[in-house]
Amino acid sequence: MILQVQGVTKRFGGLQALTKVTFDLPEGQILGLIGPNGAGKTTLFNVIDGVYTPEEGRIIFLGEDVTGKKPYYLAHKGLARTHQIVRPLNELTVRENIMVGACFGHANADLGEAANIADEVMEFVGLSDKAELLAGSLNVAQKKRLEMARAVAARPKLLLLDEVLAGLNPSEIAKMVDTVLAIRDRGITIIMIEHVMSAIMNVSDRILVLDFGKLIAEGTPEEIAQNEKVIQAYLGDPKLAERLMQGD
Amino acid sequence: MKSLRQHTSLWLSLGAIILIGAWPLVTGSALSRETMFTVLRSVALASSLNILLGYTGYVSFGHVVFFGLGGYVGFYLIAAQGWNLWPAMLMGGLAAGLLAYLVGAAILRLRGAYFALATIGINEAVRAFINNFEPFGGPTGMTLNFKLYKVYGGPGAALQLSFYIMIGLTLLVVLLSYWVRVSKFGLGLLAIREDEDAAEIMGVTAPSAKTWAFVLSAIIPGMIGTVFFFKNGTIEPGLAFPLHTSIEMIVMIMLGGQGTVFGPILGAAGYEALRDYLLVSPLFKNLQLAISGILLLLIVLFIPRGLVGWLRQRYAKVRRWLI
Repeated sequence: MILQVQGVTKRFGGLQALTKVTFDLPEGQILGLIGPNGAGKTTLFNVIDGVYTPEEGRIIFLGEDVTGKKPYYLAHKGLARTHQIVRPLNELTVRENIMVGACFGHANADLGEAANIADEVMEFVGLSDKAELLAGSLNVAQKKRLEMARAVAARPKLLLLDEVLAGLNPSEIAKMVDTVLAIRDRGITIIMIEHVMSAIMNVSDRILVLDFGKLIAEGTPEEIAQNEKVIQAYLGDPKLAERLMQGD
Repeated sequence: MKSLRQHTSLWLSLGAIILIGAWPLVTGSALSRETMFTVLRSVALASSLNILLGYTGYVSFGHVVFFGLGGYVGFYLIAAQGWNLWPAMLMGGLAAGLLAYLVGAAILRLRGAYFALATIGINEAVRAFINNFEPFGGPTGMTLNFKLYKVYGGPGAALQLSFYIMIGLTLLVVLLSYWVRVSKFGLGLLAIREDEDAAEIMGVTAPSAKTWAFVLSAIIPGMIGTVFFFKNGTIEPGLAFPLHTSIEMIVMIMLGGQGTVFGPILGAAGYEALRDYLLVSPLFKNLQLAISGILLLLIVLFIPRGLVGWLRQRYAKVRRWLI
């Protein structure tokens, strides 16, 4: 197991953001994480990578209990992530942004190696022609690719992708999905949060469903698609409309 | 070819300082030496602060505290303990670095305006402490026995030596500033400046990086303090910790371009030239600080990146060689 999440609970004041979330992630898989808005998906990422410390429960990454460790500690150990709302280092160039990932992440490269890694990763995600542009001047799709490139440049063992497909048009989505699969083929384990159902159903080996901070379902994409609780969480009670129609 | 172009900023910066430093030696005038001493002091102080303000994005409003403390420690060692200038200067720098290390651990977790306010507090606290610290002469400060200058070949030679040391220290600051800017350590600082939380997630160990940036930005101001007051012959709290000098340092950096190697040099030299003009002009001589304030306002409003930053933003070609 590359990652074990054991009984994680996170509260913000009175709000119960995560309740006793437990799951294991074997190496080499793509794990899809879905759920309605506000279900706690991004909070779960923030707990895994050390931005938040959970009130209860433990995070075990590569066999080590990393609960409460700082984000940079986890990054050095082999974790990388992208953000739902992109966070480019605006005044640095695209190349420099990616070099930050390579220098300070698990790759721990020096500047020369980092430049080589950056060139390779830019080629990989299709940003080579933007290398010398300031990151702030990219459009949203390019910024999402940049987030991905920075994370991949760190040579992580586990990659957390937070809605990398949101806001992209269909052809951009297709390109991005190919990139995600190519990253998996490099042997990097992935957890991805996604709202684009067709994409997540296609790429995930397994899917977790969060609703109001609780894990309500877990299984293969086929199992999830037919799970009644999941349909209810997304669409409401399927029988409700029927009952209303009958004037019940 | 690429590496030559990469180093252009370094050669430009070192060249500018050597020009400033050589001018009085060419003219042989003591007056121009005094003027250039002030210019070099400003260049060195601004370039030091730039490591923290420009690269790391933390605005220290009380940075003169390191100049003052280094000045006091070095001066005390020379005047009261009979130390030679060189080791005293090193101790001045170390004292400033140590203060930065200790203070940094406490206040670098603050961000934005809170950090800036805390640095002003530190400056005032150190000034108040020294005001009441008898070994350093309390509010009246200390004076140097002029006989001490004999070791260096008399007062005239001591002044000349101070000037040479100032050139050396300024060159050292610029080398340090350049090294930080193009190093892996510096890349981490730039990442912190742009988005500290994102930088930590990418693996930048922000607390220690920030602390070392603070220490590096403090050491040379401490050494300059020792040389400045050695040359001055007297030290007192009002001279050592003037808050407006901190603000002038910020104006210089902002004028030239924060976060660049050449910017603070250009900004400091430009600001000193302007101040020279204002001080002798009958119309403006009493308004000199007000003019600095207006200047800062105009820069922040219209060219927030400073001259060098503006050039870099405007011309992609310039971006390749001017940092």
